[in-house]
Amino acid sequence: MSQLAYLAPASPEEAAKALSAAGARALSGGTDLLVQLRAGRASPDVIVDLKRIAGAIGIREEAGGFVIGASTPGVLLGEHKALVRTWPGVVEGANLIGSTQVQGRASLAGNLCNGSPAADSVPALIAGRAICVIVGPNGRREAAVESIVTGPGQTSLAQGEFILEFRLPPRPARASDAYLRLIPRTEMDIAVAGAGVNLVLSEDGRVTEAHVALGAVAPTVLLVAEAGAALVGGKLDDAALAKLDAAARAACRPISDKRGTVEYRTRIAGVLAKRAALIAFERAGGKR
Amino acid sequence: MSKHHVTTTVNGDIVEFLVSPRTTLLDALRDQLGLTGSKEGCGSGDCGACSVILDGRLVCSCLVLAPEVEGRRVETIEGLAQEGRLHPLQQKFLEHAALQCGFCTPGILMAAKALLDENPDPTETEARYYLAGNLCRCTGYDKIIRAVMDTAADLRQARTA
Repeated sequence: MSQLAYLAPASPEEAAKALSAAGARALSGGTDLLVQLRAGRASPDVIVDLKRIAGAIGIREEAGGFVIGASTPGVLLGEHKALVRTWPGVVEGANLIGSTQVQGRASLAGNLCNGSPAADSVPALIAGRAICVIVGPNGRREAAVESIVTGPGQTSLAQGEFILEFRLPPRPARASDAYLRLIPRTEMDIAVAGAGVNLVLSEDGRVTEAHVALGAVAPTVLLVAEAGAALVGGKLDDAALAKLDAAARAACRPISDKRGTVEYRTRIAGVLAKRAALIAFERAGGKR
Repeated sequence: MSKHHVTTTVNGDIVEFLVSPRTTLLDALRDQLGLTGSKEGCGSGDCGACSVILDGRLVCSCLVLAPEVEGRRVETIEGLAQEGRLHPLQQKFLEHAALQCGFCTPGILMAAKALLDENPDPTETEARYYLAGNLCRCTGYDKIIRAVMDTAADLRQARTA
């Protein structure tokens, strides 16, 4: 068993320095990292706990959008009424992760950087066009959520870099989102497939902007531009939903495993995208 | 690597202990502080037997590193009974026979306490979902849920009385 150091820096700069060391791992809510430590799948030399950094936990409104501290546990997202009202899909995705106990700890940054294709909080963040604020040894940069995960368990973060916060853009009137996943039971399982849909409607109730992201159907969560484009300009009539379904299925590159086959996942991804789109549309005040 | 000195509050008392950095809160509670009420079932956050309340939030103590709780507030099953009197949840668990082997019971009691602190009037469905992270292989859950719902009703009545 390797020796291990634990650091809990108070500033982003100290954290970036600590994470620059070889063998350093970031600790957020710990619901993945501690399991990996125990199983011997992770053996870092240094654990850098990011939760003592100012702003790491908490939600604030800024410049018309929401800023979510990267280590904010799911339970706080669900308790934030304005966030739930404005981004119900983002919150429902995050709140689907694990049990009450896990919700007391699990964070958006941890769910993203764990790099699972089935991460439930990620599709709605990507569909919501959320931006990560990343701190590293060379300062700060911003990156779209979809640019972070490059493959299962792999991220584009450089040595020393970590996510400080997520920024959700300002929300126009008549906009909303939704996330749906399929699991074989009602609670606490890993998605067979998932779909996040984010819609903005015009005054006459037509879709002016649509973003669709699919989970668990490729090595990373997919932002499917064609699926979003299928919805723009209309009121989610049957033809538009059929185009969405086809575009979603065409983007899928899943694997077959104990949770589902390639064929099943592909078909379900289309179904979930349609259903999530209808929920987001209704939440945004749309009428078909 | 040197050991970590941790100062924290457990069940209202300030405690100090020395741990290696990879020690979990569960192991520190059991091995350093002798608080063996919290149980290790799975050690991976799936079963809830190690549930404690950390700064007012229900967590699995097996998924918390002991050094993380520096300056925090931890509540464990040992703090549930006050001055030798069982907590109403404990009393109802006895009356409803809501346990058999008892291994999951400390975690379920802490989860049920967290539930009723947040929501004094849960529906049965809400209670079942809230407690879904606590596994019991003996009771079939019905007696547990009945005990929790009965406690909630009593506590509500006591509040309005």
